[in-house]
Amino acid sequence: MTESALQRTAMNKSEFARKYGAAIVLVLLVAFNIIYTQNFAATQTLWNVLLHASTTLLVAIGMTLVIATGGIDLSVGALMAIAAAVSTLFMDYGFAAAIFFTIACAAFLGAMNGTIISYLKIQPIIVTLALMIAGRGIAQVITDGMLVNFTNPTFEFIGKGSIGPVPFPVMLSLLTCLVIYLLVRFTIMGRYVEAIGDNEEAARLAGVRVNRIKIAIYSLSAVLAAMAGMIETARLAAADATKIGLFIELDAIAAVVVGGTLMTGGRPLIFGTIIGVLIMEVVTTTFNYNNIPDSYSMVLKAAIIIIAILVQRERKS
Amino acid sequence: MAKSHEKNSPNILLEMKQISKGFSGVQALDAVNFTIATGEVHALMGENGAGKSTLIKVLNGVYQRDAGQILFDGEAIDFKSPWEAQMGKISTVFQEVNLEPYLSVAENVFIGREPKTKWGTYDWKRAYRESEEILAQMGINVDVRRPINEYSVAIQQMVAIARAVSTEAKLVIMDEPTSSLDESEVQILFNVIRKLKETGVSIVFISHRMDEIYTICDRVTVLRDGTFVGQWDLKNLSRMELISHMIGRALEESNDRNNKKVSATKEMTEDKPYTVKVRKLKRGRIVNGISFEVAKGEILGLAGLLGSGRTETVRALFSADSYEEGEIEFEGQVVKFNSPYDAIRAGIGYCSENRKTEGIIPNMSVRENITIANLPALSNMGIVSTQKQKEIVDKYIERLGVKTPTPDQQIGKLSGGNQQKVLLARWLCINPKLLILDEPTRGIDVGAKAEIEKLIRQLADSGISIIMISSELEELVRNSDRLVVLRDGYKIAELDGETATEEQIMHVIAEHSRDTEKVAMGGS
Amino acid sequence: MKNTAVQEKMNTTINKDSLLNFLKNQGALVGLILLTIGASIRYDYFFTSTNLLNLVLSNAMLGIVAIGMTFVILTRGIDLSVGSLLALAGIVAGYMSSHSLVLALVIPILITTSLGFVNGVLIAKNKLEPFIVTLAMMIGVRGFVYAYTEELSISISDTIAESFAFFGRGELLGLPVPIIIFIVLLFIAGFVLKYTTFGRHVLAVGGNQEAAKLMGLKVERIKIMVYALNGALAGLAGVILASRLGVGQPVAGLTWELDAIAAVVIGGTYLTGGRGTIFGTFVGVILLALIYNIINMEGTINSWWQPVIRGTFLILVVIIQAKVQRKQQKE
Repeated sequence: MTESALQRTAMNKSEFARKYGAAIVLVLLVAFNIIYTQNFAATQTLWNVLLHASTTLLVAIGMTLVIATGGIDLSVGALMAIAAAVSTLFMDYGFAAAIFFTIACAAFLGAMNGTIISYLKIQPIIVTLALMIAGRGIAQVITDGMLVNFTNPTFEFIGKGSIGPVPFPVMLSLLTCLVIYLLVRFTIMGRYVEAIGDNEEAARLAGVRVNRIKIAIYSLSAVLAAMAGMIETARLAAADATKIGLFIELDAIAAVVVGGTLMTGGRPLIFGTIIGVLIMEVVTTTFNYNNIPDSYSMVLKAAIIIIAILVQRERKS
Repeated sequence: MAKSHEKNSPNILLEMKQISKGFSGVQALDAVNFTIATGEVHALMGENGAGKSTLIKVLNGVYQRDAGQILFDGEAIDFKSPWEAQMGKISTVFQEVNLEPYLSVAENVFIGREPKTKWGTYDWKRAYRESEEILAQMGINVDVRRPINEYSVAIQQMVAIARAVSTEAKLVIMDEPTSSLDESEVQILFNVIRKLKETGVSIVFISHRMDEIYTICDRVTVLRDGTFVGQWDLKNLSRMELISHMIGRALEESNDRNNKKVSATKEMTEDKPYTVKVRKLKRGRIVNGISFEVAKGEILGLAGLLGSGRTETVRALFSADSYEEGEIEFEGQVVKFNSPYDAIRAGIGYCSENRKTEGIIPNMSVRENITIANLPALSNMGIVSTQKQKEIVDKYIERLGVKTPTPDQQIGKLSGGNQQKVLLARWLCINPKLLILDEPTRGIDVGAKAEIEKLIRQLADSGISIIMISSELEELVRNSDRLVVLRDGYKIAELDGETATEEQIMHVIAEHSRDTEKVAMGGS
Repeated sequence: MKNTAVQEKMNTTINKDSLLNFLKNQGALVGLILLTIGASIRYDYFFTSTNLLNLVLSNAMLGIVAIGMTFVILTRGIDLSVGSLLALAGIVAGYMSSHSLVLALVIPILITTSLGFVNGVLIAKNKLEPFIVTLAMMIGVRGFVYAYTEELSISISDTIAESFAFFGRGELLGLPVPIIIFIVLLFIAGFVLKYTTFGRHVLAVGGNQEAAKLMGLKVERIKIMVYALNGALAGLAGVILASRLGVGQPVAGLTWELDAIAAVVIGGTYLTGGRGTIFGTFVGVILLALIYNIINMEGTINSWWQPVIRGTFLILVVIIQAKVQRKQQKE
């Protein structure tokens, strides 16, 4: 009895670490900051953190779904650049046209990713790597490699505006999180995504049209990246195809992993990803507020990622 | 149970005594004995779950035994890995040929024991020359410089065997070596086996094909449900006896064979419409123009030994795999499904024999596992109605008696029997017209088994057509209204479920194989 | 009689279209030759030793990284950390240059080798995904480099500047030293892959890991060695780059991991492991460089097309590869 009881508590511990580990780390980080970091305990800090996190959050949410199907999407940063370029390209035709064409373009490219991955059965990492390389090039071809400035107050609102005290990007990303959460929780799509990641062959034999779902998910990931791209563009009031979204795929993947979604696929943990993004952002903020170069935070983030996958590994075995 | 009929011959090569091995509570081997003489070809037989592969893996070091003793060449051995076993002169040619696809034939023969020049570099010349020699001795002439994946599976088998020979193995274990070979390739393999035998090598030969066993093997050991049934000289053992040992039914050999009714096409006396008609279905070598039909509310049993093409046939019907030729008529219409999705929408459900890899979605809840195939019907504009879902889940959990603490329980944590019930529920809730059950009671305890069988009958009575596959003939005979017997991918008989007996089926399989053997021998 | 007939059947099906197979497998080489011929006709300056030498020289460091990446991909792995390791090696060389030439050459490579070793251990022993492990290494090392240098370049100390520069800017027998190092490494790596047990086992691990285990190969050790080797080569490339530039740059090697992966894959190495050649990787590196070179020479083409062409090229190569692979599997 004692042995099995011991085993049970041990299991519970690892289970506990896996389930709430990320949240606890976040709480500890915030608590640490409130005590030790000057000026941290202010409402403005909250909005700052959320504002900075908003674009990463959008991308990471899409990445969560992709990873839940057992895939990966490296092209999100490049898609942000394309979104920047395309939205400025269509700016003259009005705010709505800019948004419409940007989203359509991203959805198309995402669907292309998904089609090659699912129908041609080529590893997601290499397919999206190709678009990662080519995509930024496309954006630079469109903008001729230059910073394209524009003035369009309506469009700029996406990045700079706020509703009450809430910055619009924060609003948009949180709203998106909510929508995706509802999608995962309440729709057929959400269940299919999880089923594919959990056991693709069983899902196929149960009538899940795996290829279609994958195409939809890669499209969605691309569209969310495009939204993030438009926010950044609007914030700058300029399209910077060279720098926008650079390395965001890495941040997003890291956030998803820290958030507990299995790299091998399975249940997409939306809240986990939100917490993952926030951990990364709070780490950055902590370093900023304490005047430590931001680059040190990268070292810490790397450690967090490794610990997170080691915890995941424990769970599987 | 029958005991070993033979005294141990003086030149025993291998003796496994009282071997036991369990996996998390399931006893895969229970005090099994296995003896092989020098220079003999020894068949190891048994149906699914008999423990053949476990025994082999205990012998070659993949698994460590729980109890028992292994004597090889007079010495007690205890291999920790297949590599150690190979060094100890026991080589295994695995069922899925385990070679390096992109490396050359020569390298595959020598990998792990690379020939080296005096500089310590890879001696390609020697590798090519020696591998060529070894293969030539076996009667195989191939370009040993080419990557192995450019050759047929037969040649790959030969290379795997050549690898064993080059280690000077005294015992070569061949796990279903013929499963993907055609007739002429099997002949090449047999020639190689005979040559090995001449040089004093012993061979453990695992196959489900009676003809092959009787052609190439000297003796046979039969296992059933992890226990040792017996060891016989094949010369003194009829096919009927062998089959009966395998499936565990004692037969009276005196049974009057003329009494049995083997009707090639049984008239349907009742006026029930057919749900599905399959005509001349063909897929690769394993489904050879199989035709059958299932009436409304009928249970059709697909009988046949392992490897007879029963699973492949139903998978093609469900379009889990594509098929090359043939026609399927479903509910009076000729249909061509492109994916399981189409088949399901038409009203076909398929419970795979591999519950773990193709059935359950392990980390999802019982609720989701039940409803996954029926979600479109339970939702509105893509949003799943939790109310409808709950109703249907509760209904089937109750109706099938699924024992789960809550519907939210991860299915992976339920027992096998309960998982199977959940999978049945998955298909019931699509209101199927045809339900294909491949080994529905495999790995399930006796109580749950009876429940599931009862359930299957109820379903048929409610008008669902059922195709049932089982390795347990008894179960099949008990439950089927009609039986189709398959052998080596051909349909060889159709029997009336009311009057059919296990013996009859065994006769059909044994008789038929004797016939084809005659044909084959006459033809070559 | 019958048996020999069967065998003949088997043999003939194999040799029938070996030329076609060769072309399929060497698609990159064919592309390279065609591009070279085309470019030579179109641009006078193209087929000059200056241009060609420059082309190889400016890609020698990437080429060295790609050699290591070839080994990693052959084991069915991936290593995203090479760019960061390269930058680390450069700045460590900078710091060490005030001590001695030998330390400036050896210490950076020792450090990157150990970090590669760490990658390997986490991947082989802890069974973590190569992608994530090396991603973390990439982020962590880059962060450390930025932080430690405060994002400033670290100059090579004057005391050894001249002798250190030899490795990046020197010439030997009329050839730039980095090119010589690159070519020597190509030969060594090609030799290792073809003629040593280690090389053959690398292929075996990637081709069929289960089989490799059953055949008694020390899979874990091979993987760890491959990642360590990759770290060493990235370090060497970093030292040479620092020598060329006279400084260790914190931003050195950004996105090189992607370029290296692309070059390896375009060179015909299967991303699924087990099959590939060093020569192919060489072709891949040069081919990608050539595309860049031609776009530059054309002048009228916007240079931003270069990544677009490279990306498109990459995906096409992979799709063709997958088709060939699947066809072979069917047969």
